[in-house]
Amino acid sequence: MREATALLPRRREMHPVAYYPEYKTSAVRSPSLPLLSMESTPSEEHGPCFGHSAIGSLDNNLITNYTQGKALALGERIRVHGQVLDENARAVPDTLIEIWQANAGGRYRHIKDTYFAPLDPNFGGCGRTLTDANGGYEFFTVRPGAYPWPNRANDWRPMHIHFSIFGHAFGQRLISQMYFEGDPLIELCPIVATVRKRSQLERLIAPLDMQNARSMDYLAYKFDIVLRGYRQTKFENKPQGM
Amino acid sequence: MAQELDRLIETPSQTAGPYVHIGCLPSFAGVEGVYPQDLAVTPFAQGAAGEIITITGSVYDGTGTPLCDAVLESWQADAQGLFAGQKGADEKVSGFCRFAADKDSGEFTLRTIKPAAVHGRNKQIFAPHIALWIVARGINIGLQTRIYFEDEDNHADPLLARIEQDHRRATLLAKKVSTGTYRFDIRLQGEGETVFLDL
Ligand SMILES: [Fe+3]
Repeated sequence: MREATALLPRRREMHPVAYYPEYKTSAVRSPSLPLLSMESTPSEEHGPCFGHSAIGSLDNNLITNYTQGKALALGERIRVHGQVLDENARAVPDTLIEIWQANAGGRYRHIKDTYFAPLDPNFGGCGRTLTDANGGYEFFTVRPGAYPWPNRANDWRPMHIHFSIFGHAFGQRLISQMYFEGDPLIELCPIVATVRKRSQLERLIAPLDMQNARSMDYLAYKFDIVLRGYRQTKFENKPQGM
Repeated sequence: MAQELDRLIETPSQTAGPYVHIGCLPSFAGVEGVYPQDLAVTPFAQGAAGEIITITGSVYDGTGTPLCDAVLESWQADAQGLFAGQKGADEKVSGFCRFAADKDSGEFTLRTIKPAAVHGRNKQIFAPHIALWIVARGINIGLQTRIYFEDEDNHADPLLARIEQDHRRATLLAKKVSTGTYRFDIRLQGEGETVFLDL
């Protein structure tokens, strides 16, 4: 097991602001006092570990996992794939990624979603996988629909997939969202806009990746993810592949 | 201009949103049949060493209203102060648990093993604590905090020692209700605001 070393401090300016009144709920759910900062401790440097035995063979296929392969989800078939690295450009292998999303009509299978777009009887909307030895992962799913939400009078979420990533340390824990290249609703969304740095916001937009699409089957989108890195000693600071 | 540092930047966070349960606790959302069961519904198995405790609480917004859509994750050491995977750690303690605020009342419950103090670098000793991570709609980056226990010796804890105001330090102490039962409320904003962490 890896020797626990300090995590690199989180660069908070690269993350969304907590208080962003155009995203109205954040106004009452954002701390008003500064966070208490210090170097990471064992509680942040260790983290839960999930074995391959916990993951089923269909878990990363949202087209089939809700019906256990009996019927296919409705919508535009896509493959979403990428690599998980840390800030030192090291691959993060064997880490759990969970995703959830609306169906092709923009409706979530959730007790609290009352949007009148129909549920797809063949679509649950969740998937999970472990990264391989190179940090690689893939999901098969359908393109989620955009959907309206109660915020300003006529706000719509761009098409998106929610991502939850563990890393190997509790301090690397991250939840984010993947958007789709070319979606005009990205520019209008106040949740997207909580990320104030343009270059960071663009990292949430997955490009169309025709090289990894499959003829007569699915389109592909590439979404790479970077987790916090560890402080390194001078003998181990060579990024992977460089 | 100087040379560029060959460092990547962490992917920015985005809110977990109101439907986070679909991905993290699908049976809570009403999504059944994809996985045999939700992940990490308990942080220990029968036979784990140590005292079994129950911690109950709510997450309140800046208006004093409990969140009914929050998801929490806890991560902790075992009853010897060791984390899962460390040499000698209790194999019956995974240390990780995921739980949701109740969709009507907003109350959450964590049933776990009381952790022991943890030894860090430079001879630091951290009083028994449970790391918490809170996500919900309106929270743009997951909030980290810690549960310490009012009935433990916390005076030398390096993290608590950095909090200047006594009444703020108290926001990290679970209150003992009865033997094995604690209350820990989290206030996101305003009066009694919980100390949130960046470490
Ligand atoms: Fe969403």
